[in-house]
Amino acid sequence: MKAKLDRIRQQVQEQILNCDSTEKLNEIRVSILGKKGQLTDLLKSMKDVAPEERPKVGQMVNETRGEIERILEEQKTKLERALREAKMKAEVIDVTLPAKKNEMGHRHPNTIALEEVERIFIGMGYEVVEGPEVEKDYYNFEALNIPADHPAKDEQDTFYITGDILLRTQTSGVQVHEMEKGKLPIRMIAPGRVFRSDEVDATHSPSFHQIEGLVIDKDITFADLKGTLAEFARELFGEDTKVKFRPHHFPFTEPSAEMDVTCFKCGGTGCRFCKGSGWIEILGCGMVHPHVLEMSNIDPETYVGFAFGVGLERIALLKYEIDDMRLLYENDIRFLKQF
Amino acid sequence: MNTALSWIKAYVPELDCTDQEYCDAMTLSGTKVEGYVRRDKNLEKIVVGQIVSIERHPDADKLIVCQVNIGAETLQIVTGAPNVKVGDKVPVVLGGGRVAGGHDGGPLPENGIPIKAGKLRGVPSNGMMCSIEELGSDRNMYPEAPENGIYIFPEDTQVGADAVEVLGLHDTVFEYEITSNRVDCYSVLGIAREAAATFRKPFVPPVVEAGGNGEDVHDYVSVEVKDTDLCPRYLARVCKNIKIAPSPEWMQRRLAASGIRPINNLVDITNYVMEEYGQPMHAFDLDTIAGRKIIVRRAKDGDEFQTLDGQMRKMDGEVLMICDAEKEIGIAGIMGGENSKITDNVKTVLFEAAIFNGPNIRKSAKRIGLRTDASGKFEKGLEAHNAEEAINRACQLIEELGCGEVVGGMVDVSEPLPEKKVLAFCPEKYNKLLGTSVTEEEMFEIFKRLDIEVNRKADGSAELVIPYFRQDLNCDADIAEEVARFYGYDKIPTSLPKGEATTGKLSYKLRIEQKARDIAEYCGFSQGMCYSFESPKVFDKLLLPAEDELRNAVTISNPLGEDFSIMRTLPLNGMLTSLSTNYNRRNRNVKLYELGNIYLPKSLPLTELPEERMQFTLGFYGDGDFFTMKGVLEEFFVSVGMRKQPEYDPKAGKPFLHPGRQALVKYEGVVLGYLGEVHPEVLDNYEIGTKAYIAVLDMPAVESFTTFDRKYEGVARFPAVSRDLSMVVPKEILVGQIEKVIRQRGGKLMESCELFDVYEGEQIKPGFKSVAYSVAFRANDRTLEESDVSAAMKKILNGLEQMGIELRQ
Repeated sequence: MKAKLDRIRQQVQEQILNCDSTEKLNEIRVSILGKKGQLTDLLKSMKDVAPEERPKVGQMVNETRGEIERILEEQKTKLERALREAKMKAEVIDVTLPAKKNEMGHRHPNTIALEEVERIFIGMGYEVVEGPEVEKDYYNFEALNIPADHPAKDEQDTFYITGDILLRTQTSGVQVHEMEKGKLPIRMIAPGRVFRSDEVDATHSPSFHQIEGLVIDKDITFADLKGTLAEFARELFGEDTKVKFRPHHFPFTEPSAEMDVTCFKCGGTGCRFCKGSGWIEILGCGMVHPHVLEMSNIDPETYVGFAFGVGLERIALLKYEIDDMRLLYENDIRFLKQF
Repeated sequence: MNTALSWIKAYVPELDCTDQEYCDAMTLSGTKVEGYVRRDKNLEKIVVGQIVSIERHPDADKLIVCQVNIGAETLQIVTGAPNVKVGDKVPVVLGGGRVAGGHDGGPLPENGIPIKAGKLRGVPSNGMMCSIEELGSDRNMYPEAPENGIYIFPEDTQVGADAVEVLGLHDTVFEYEITSNRVDCYSVLGIAREAAATFRKPFVPPVVEAGGNGEDVHDYVSVEVKDTDLCPRYLARVCKNIKIAPSPEWMQRRLAASGIRPINNLVDITNYVMEEYGQPMHAFDLDTIAGRKIIVRRAKDGDEFQTLDGQMRKMDGEVLMICDAEKEIGIAGIMGGENSKITDNVKTVLFEAAIFNGPNIRKSAKRIGLRTDASGKFEKGLEAHNAEEAINRACQLIEELGCGEVVGGMVDVSEPLPEKKVLAFCPEKYNKLLGTSVTEEEMFEIFKRLDIEVNRKADGSAELVIPYFRQDLNCDADIAEEVARFYGYDKIPTSLPKGEATTGKLSYKLRIEQKARDIAEYCGFSQGMCYSFESPKVFDKLLLPAEDELRNAVTISNPLGEDFSIMRTLPLNGMLTSLSTNYNRRNRNVKLYELGNIYLPKSLPLTELPEERMQFTLGFYGDGDFFTMKGVLEEFFVSVGMRKQPEYDPKAGKPFLHPGRQALVKYEGVVLGYLGEVHPEVLDNYEIGTKAYIAVLDMPAVESFTTFDRKYEGVARFPAVSRDLSMVVPKEILVGQIEKVIRQRGGKLMESCELFDVYEGEQIKPGFKSVAYSVAFRANDRTLEESDVSAAMKKILNGLEQMGIELRQ
């Protein structure tokens, strides 16, 4: 009996190891272990074995069966693996073929620059607010210390709708709207569209954007203004950026200043970009004029503040090295896709 | 304002710095230097030479060979210049030297023109004699220079001297940007005063004395100011026995450097004093003044007046005129009249130095269309005391230059002159505002430099007495700025605001707009920006009917042109123009969006501000269709928490859209905007040669439905049952109507209904279409029974049948 079993096992093992497909393997399984298989037949013939021998024989048959099943399983795994290998080999792709993209759109460079600025000031606790683009003369001029006969009114080349209603020439009027709300302290920036009657050319547009900043609190100093804007410049233009404050004049701030930053092209050594000076003029700022506070019903003896105004296009043009302002309003997709 | 540094140094003699140091220091103390030009740039090895002999060139008719004595030696120089003769003293560039430009006076090359010794037609030439143009200047500035040819020096010029020095070209012209508050700095003396304060050097202004002979000016002329509101001060002095001649070289050079052409001694003196003091003056020929009387009054509406440039100009009742007893003789502060102008035969001159109302001069100059150097100064609002100094200075120069005899006394018709302002000295306030700890002594030292007097009182306090010329100093903050300027803006420390913490954030409106940008870009749309103003012709281009309300636009009264004259009432023109630009540049598949305001007047003409409504506008051509656009809108709605199904009403009534391919977008019954295919005629109007689609959402309408609140509603644990619905539908029924019925009747158990097929064609009878939906049901708490589903389906089917829809089995 044992010899017979060994013979079957050897014979089957040889068949299995020579088998090259899972289908054939299955056939072998059936022919040995199936209902009519050799081993099953052998088990059926147990009745011919002496009763005392039966457990021993049964064990031998089962061992052989176990052995065969193990070999079958091994071979099956081997065949399947080979099959998968072959399949994958056939599935090799050219990974350098073009990518399939969900063609995303692109933000306007102005918006990218604005969001940078917003991120910086939001981080410093500023709220981003807005004001009207069509504005009353009072908010654009008078409440900012620019009375009717002030030369600054002419300098700004204002578009008028009526004698009293105009297209705002600066976002500074939002300062007044915020102060009039009477909620103190104030830390705000106000981005928005402004209008001046400049003919369109590479550096001028009758419509452009400014970002106004205003802080009103007790104990605000010019040193705070310097510190805040220096921080802003470093965040926007890089850690090594230095700033320079020069005295200037704006009717609604006193003292007033203009801020230059070290040229981010040459780092301050002087180049064509900064016209050799190493510095680039970036914004106007100053301490809110006490009369402006008074007009908006804020007591200048208790509260002080600073304000600043940045030209958004100026930042976008400088930062992204755009050489013609007209590109910003043409909306040529080849331009927009570069941002 | 342009001024030679040498002129500044005349009043700050100890000033000693490089051009760059001067530029930097002045800018940091508040007198911004825009740039500077060295007048001797590229002028190298140029000396005064005297022509000893002239011979004809053996081989060239137009050339001559000169022997030129340059002091140490005599050089042979060949020239083609026609104007030189033996004995002339001329500028000579030596071999290896350099000149600034060519003899034709074109633009100056950056590195000048090098001059080498060489041969001209075979004859050695060891240098070059120069014209004024080759020296980088022109006849406007050096009127004595000949029109074509070599510059000739006066006979007494020393041979061998530095020619550039003799011409006064070793100098630098600085260009300043003066801020509008510093009226005093629109003058050489003002800038010099700032320079002295900046460099801590003594300021030495000219010593001016009234002078004059024993006569009384009142015997020569009388002055009456009728409109004192426009002329608070009028000063007049008289000079007689005038001898017109060129002014001295030093005066000519200073004027030339400031860009003012020297004319003659009288004109130059008035211009010189205007530059020096910032006070414009006018000179009348006294013999032309009827009745020897000056009357200052407003013009009459419609008056015509001939200014001294020969032009007839129309006046109105707000223009201030200078008149004599009979007629108008000048436009106050702007330009004198042809009828009283100075000629070379003038004998007696009336000098006027007046103060006119700045805004009035500005507006008059604008209305008349004549802006002059004088009006530019007057419109800033001049200081009254300075006028007296200036007119006396002019008379002093008349005497000093031998131009005439000054009559004693001055006619002075003035409103009460302002007194010196006095401000309390508040050092703590200045330091508190600046964030500094500048000591009182430092402050006093700064005030001294600025001519601000300090009056200390017995109680320890002090007052600051502000000099007349500082009209800009009126409050503590102004004084703090003076302290800061001379303490140094760069020395003020840096800090960050302390105090109550505030929350940094975007306003809610801006958050929604940010979402709109994110979604549009995710869907492939790039952000454009368009102008807020446009042409009224836009309405015709967009086929808006004549009576359409959107034609009521806010109109700009002084636009740049018709194309920028109205504030847009709908955002389509910008979008279509942008698409057109791209189409005509052959860009394919262009998808754009814009977030920008429209401006809707509440009434016209405007009595209150118009309504500004933010519009989210999308437009594209190329890949995609109506439903692509619809998809973008729905993605956006979901992103801002609008999870209900929007409705689409095809009766949008938009004339600029394809009549069969447009829809209003509604949410909970409220119109949020519209979308559609652009009308073919509109496409033609914009020269877009392909189908284009646009969508516009009115953001304020959208905003009211938005929320950033999110709530988890559980994930279904029980299986869904789905049923397919296949039907034959009259063509005119919209799937939107079918869906509405399915949703209404599907009950709580219905989870979703999805359209999976719409078909019109052969197998379907004419006038009908086949529509198929997959409807899914699910309960949150149990597995659905067949009976649940069939009950719901029955309700749906009944509803559909009532619409005349046949169900296909």
